Amino acid sequence: MKTPDAIGEPGNPNPDGKAFFRPSALERRKARREAAARWVFLGMTLVLVAPVFAIVAYMLVQAWPVLSFSFLWENPQNRMTAGGIWAPLVGTFCLVFFSLIFAAPIGVLAGIYLNEYAKDNWFTRAVNLAVMNLAGVPSIVHGLFGFGAFVLFAGMGKSVLAASCTLAVMTLPVIITSTREALSSVPMAFRQACWNLGASRWHTVRTIVLPNSISGILTGVIFEVSRAAGETAPILFTGAVYYVKVADHGWESFFPYGPTDRCMALSMHLFTLATQASGVPEALQYGTAVVLMGLILAVNGLSIGLRSYLRSRKRW
Amino acid sequence: MDAHIRFDRVSVHYGAHAALKELSLDVPPRQILGIIGPAKSGKTTLLKCINRTIDFEAGVRVTGRILVGGEDVYRSRNVHALRRRVGMVFPLPVGLPLSVYDNVAYAPRSMGIRNRAELDALVEHCLRQAMLWDEVKDRLDLLGTRLSGGQQQRLTLARALSLRPEILCLDEFSIAIDPVTTMKIEDILRELKNEMTIVLVTNLVQQARRLADRTAFMNAGQLVEVDETERLFEHPSNRITERYVNGDFG
Amino acid sequence: MSDSTPVVPVSGAQDIPPAAAPDALSRPAGLRASVAASSPRRWARWGELLIEGLIYLCGWSAILFVAAIFFFVFIEAAPLAAQGFDFVEFFTSVNWRPTSNVRPQFGTLALLVGSLCVTGLAMLMAVPLGLGAAVYISEFASGRTKEVLKVVVELLAAIPSVVWGFIGMMVIGPIIIRFTGTPVGVNLLNGSIILALMSVPIIVSIAEDALKAVPDSYREAALSLGANQWEVVYRVLFPAAKNGLLAAVLLGVGRAIGETMAVLMVTGHAIQIPRGLLDPVRTLTATIAAELGETVQGDTHFRTLFLIGLVLFALTFIVNLIADLIVKGIRSENA
Repeated sequence: MKTPDAIGEPGNPNPDGKAFFRPSALERRKARREAAARWVFLGMTLVLVAPVFAIVAYMLVQAWPVLSFSFLWENPQNRMTAGGIWAPLVGTFCLVFFSLIFAAPIGVLAGIYLNEYAKDNWFTRAVNLAVMNLAGVPSIVHGLFGFGAFVLFAGMGKSVLAASCTLAVMTLPVIITSTREALSSVPMAFRQACWNLGASRWHTVRTIVLPNSISGILTGVIFEVSRAAGETAPILFTGAVYYVKVADHGWESFFPYGPTDRCMALSMHLFTLATQASGVPEALQYGTAVVLMGLILAVNGLSIGLRSYLRSRKRW
Repeated sequence: MDAHIRFDRVSVHYGAHAALKELSLDVPPRQILGIIGPAKSGKTTLLKCINRTIDFEAGVRVTGRILVGGEDVYRSRNVHALRRRVGMVFPLPVGLPLSVYDNVAYAPRSMGIRNRAELDALVEHCLRQAMLWDEVKDRLDLLGTRLSGGQQQRLTLARALSLRPEILCLDEFSIAIDPVTTMKIEDILRELKNEMTIVLVTNLVQQARRLADRTAFMNAGQLVEVDETERLFEHPSNRITERYVNGDFG
Repeated sequence: MSDSTPVVPVSGAQDIPPAAAPDALSRPAGLRASVAASSPRRWARWGELLIEGLIYLCGWSAILFVAAIFFFVFIEAAPLAAQGFDFVEFFTSVNWRPTSNVRPQFGTLALLVGSLCVTGLAMLMAVPLGLGAAVYISEFASGRTKEVLKVVVELLAAIPSVVWGFIGMMVIGPIIIRFTGTPVGVNLLNGSIILALMSVPIIVSIAEDALKAVPDSYREAALSLGANQWEVVYRVLFPAAKNGLLAAVLLGVGRAIGETMAVLMVTGHAIQIPRGLLDPVRTLTATIAAELGETVQGDTHFRTLFLIGLVLFALTFIVNLIADLIVKGIRSENA
């Protein structure tokens, strides 16, 4: 048997001892392919993301002439061809506020039920399925439901109340799901420790589980606020209208809508400006779109920020 | 001898699997009963039956009678009251995400005790009993989850003692903590047996030998033998017991 | 504090059972103690029952609401059956002329095809891009970049439908006109692009979850066999995560079919089966939104729109059910 030549001697395929670590031709090809794959996937991501940034920038530019404090503060004037967006803005706040009052308690309690009380049986599976499907119902069908159930059947008529209820039913599933996730992040060991001390389920939830998940729940609720603010279809037939005369100053302008009144809403207003009203300057339309988008992105940013803050403040 | 806890032909089934099979056992009062046995012998299940935390397991079926203080636990009007009479310490130390003070005060507070002076006295008493007072007395607002494993286990003990239970159950309390803390807790148990009945499940045979007045040996869901500790270890009447205490298996 | 162990004063809260006295064990003190030891105050116990009752009620509410949605939409559409409505025409005719004075026709085939075309085309664009982005975020991006990208996707998902519609009308529309020379920018192409951009975030986030769920051991095994990143994705991750990826796509489809405002604003108003990308179309959702306001409550047109709503409800219900079953399929496989 021939002894292998020592490193450094002629005939040894490993002249400087580093050949083992030098990439072979096959490996170089693979590395090239991997780099190519990386660029391809990055490219796909950028194709998605870059145009949106470009569009948003373009919209900002178009809206610039109109954006000012008074834009927010003034009511639409002169058949929407001038003025601001105060009435729709307040309307959106109203709708979102009331829908939250209905949806948050029910949603949080339902989330508590699913995570803390529900047993593992077919009924719970049915509830879970219902939540999932509720989340998938098209927004226009929510609008039809709201019309049939709240406007007609419950006799609310087209009103802030009916529209808020419709929005509440729409935002319910996401609040339920995010509550459940927040609750399930609390380790089981804590609950068991409390049960063994004779604490009842509710007492344990109230004293240990909820305080440690409230921020996660809040994150979900805030996120839903942003969704409710942007929706149009559910409120189209249940309470939001083309135009409502609203006081220009004074106390009345802060609370222009009672529960049985029809209202304007920012999302609907944008739709109206873009498709129904005529002679509306483009800057005004862009301005409305930018304010709506900005509002929603700001609320979402708040929710995301809250989530990051939470992660850094874990108590276990 | 009157039994503080009595198991009367108790069987526990998880679905088709039987964790306890027709088990009958008397636990005498004011003593340490050690329970030894290999894994999956049903020791933890037995403990869970005493305070009915077995109820939380899915698909579980319990037959037979379990009597605590002469009263059937499944007939008691208030299961939470039962659990307050039985203190439980788990294998893994658990500090609640509250301050040390609030950890120990948790159970009394849930019973409605609000008087600050009373709570202060109670917290100190329990922390002293658990040999944790000296280490935390200046830092009572420290978060329970930030203590070391050994400290958290003693904190669990202090919590369990905060309601002055009649019965204290420990389930392999030493597997996740350091030997020094283990020794401390063993000393505590020797003191506590004057006040309460202690059921000590352990996989450390020598620990049972050190601490228990009587020892029960369980295997595969059945009670094989129960006797005074020394007699069980020196002259076990059952062959399997002999093999186990000699370390032949488990 | 002194050295002696202080006795805990048993004050007004008589609920802590006193330390067991020797004789207490011989008589059944248990029962008395447990009665005395129920929750401190009677009203606290009732309060707890009340709140737990509320919890159970709210837990069941999801089922209640889904049933209610179905019920209230159904109840408005149901009378159509009694009045001899032509259901065959509804499903098979392309003639949607509800306001005709001569003979109102309620054929929804063109609308259905419109919905399917817009959705299908949108998925053609959204699925590859969405999956690609999910792969990048999950496998190639790290640390800061990953976080930023995830936030961007979330914010993308937050943009409301009506704003997307506006973008389609004012930005994409003119671009289409410029590049293709058609007179009108609202058509099938515009709708698909906007819908694709709207569906991508949901595809990305669910696909990313599915990829994250593949155990690292798969990746490590493949890498240790000498595969590079690309091969790991193609040969290992996709097959392993295929159920989750399929669910992601299905949920994207469900979202796209149900989309209303954006498509209303950018697909045009012609009710016809499209023959080309630049033809205007009308979807089921847009029809309801556009016409409900002009109907008389209770007449056939009104009820037919509710019937369309029922169809939409059924469609999305089925799609979501399938997606859910697929996800369950994974769970039982991995169990």
